[in-house]
Amino acid sequence: MPLARAVLPSFYQDSVKLMRLAREIGEKKGVSEVAALMGTPANHEIMLQAGLAEDGEAYAGSNDLVLAVEADTQELAYEAIEEAKAFLTQTRVAGVGASDFLPSGLAGALAGAPESNLAMISVPGAYAAKEAMDALRSGLHVFLFSDNVAVDDEVALKREAIERDLLLMGPDCGTAYIAGAGLGFTNAVKPGRVGCIAASGTGLQAVVSQLDALGEGISHGIGVGGRDLSAEVGGLMTLHALDFLSSDPETEIVLLISKPPDAEVLPGIEEALENFDKPHVVCFLGAENPDWAETLEDAGHAVATVLKGESYEPENFFAQAGLKERVASLRMEEETAGEGILGLFSGGTLAHESRLILEGLLGEVSWNEAAGRHRILDLGDDRYTVGKPHPMIDPESRAEMLSQAAMDENLGVVLFDLMLGRASAQDPAGPLARAIKEARGKGRSPHFVASVVGTADDPQDVDEQVRILEDAGVVVLPSNTQAARFAAALVKPELLEDV
Amino acid sequence: MKDLRRKPLRVVNLGLEIFADELKTQNVPVTHVRWRPPAGGKPHLLEILEKLEELDR
Repeated sequence: MPLARAVLPSFYQDSVKLMRLAREIGEKKGVSEVAALMGTPANHEIMLQAGLAEDGEAYAGSNDLVLAVEADTQELAYEAIEEAKAFLTQTRVAGVGASDFLPSGLAGALAGAPESNLAMISVPGAYAAKEAMDALRSGLHVFLFSDNVAVDDEVALKREAIERDLLLMGPDCGTAYIAGAGLGFTNAVKPGRVGCIAASGTGLQAVVSQLDALGEGISHGIGVGGRDLSAEVGGLMTLHALDFLSSDPETEIVLLISKPPDAEVLPGIEEALENFDKPHVVCFLGAENPDWAETLEDAGHAVATVLKGESYEPENFFAQAGLKERVASLRMEEETAGEGILGLFSGGTLAHESRLILEGLLGEVSWNEAAGRHRILDLGDDRYTVGKPHPMIDPESRAEMLSQAAMDENLGVVLFDLMLGRASAQDPAGPLARAIKEARGKGRSPHFVASVVGTADDPQDVDEQVRILEDAGVVVLPSNTQAARFAAALVKPELLEDV
Repeated sequence: MKDLRRKPLRVVNLGLEIFADELKTQNVPVTHVRWRPPAGGKPHLLEILEKLEELDR
């Protein structure tokens, strides 16, 4: 197929911008493949695999932008390249208006705005630790979105932050709230009295959105990174964040969400919580402790009820009125081929929670693997995002996976999440619903079960997103916790018998 | 960390421009840095730069 390419030397662009460009050009009639990537060795490899580069050919430099388009005709391919160049030049000019000077580094930014107090860092992992250390040494709190930061660097950064009484949120931190402002992937929630400490992102998004619906707002939401409670990092930032929230006058209650701490780290965390002077709710997903919330949904409800001065007793999901009939009618309506469950998640914490719930109800569930009766895939994991945007930013690759899953004869249920909020796709339900509708039109298909994380003030219309999914025949539950349990009941209705 | 309570949030953004845009929609002042890999993204040059910076300190 005709191919056209161009290299724009010294033209660094961030990956989200390039993804948008590739999507835009890819929608042109007659264009079949588009690559818009920085010329790193890894990206060269991706282009080789896509047939957009040739073996043995030297790659461009890491600061050079490579454009490649495959189209029906050579003319169309050249045309698309020219359009891509125009798109990039336009956005560059738009980004650098006369009143909007962009400095080229942290020092330049601080010279122009010396009152700055927080750095958001989302540069490629290899450069992230150095930028974060520079920011800390300049007296800035750091939100570190970048992943692939070495654990030794993480420890060094956190020690530096603590010494300077600063926050180091991350690495791989997707979501935080500081004094009412949302950093990264956040839902629009009210300011309030709940202080949260969470590992990374979607768990925090799910709980603050739930609290928002229950009428409770957030004071701060501090992301500490998925490795903070590991033996290597020792809970450095969790303990520091607890100190911060303890002295914060806005915070009346603290919610701590994470995977369980390492056995070496747990005693220190327990001691800090024992001496903590405010009410707190702990949700270490997968830990067995009757004092802790078992699920994200329980954690949110527990916070809201404690604030009302009441105590929280979780309800038995399987005993709720009408559930048995709903499951029976869905099973009658759709004669699915199999009894397996496939979870296709954009949120890592939601994927992890679903896995725990399904394992408790159905037995073994494989994690990020191609084989297994019940499988959960965390599509935000590095292995699924090589050369592709994160599914929260671009729903298309997950839509494709949903189509494929619909043909899988071993599946009874496809379970998924939909994350709304700032920085997420504008219409994440649309492409997924189209794929599901098309698959269901072809005959027998699994049930589709989902939950939507969003609030009334998010940029997307949450009610409309739910409606789009329901119109495509998706069963939408009010929480990730309930969606996983409902999925289990669909493939194992006996769960509804002994309650 | 008390400064976060005393002073309004003011952000420097290095990396994805979308994060700066999202802060602007919340009326949080932000300076977006036109970041690019230092030393032209060449690992050996970067190493030399880092050593020079260490010496500087």
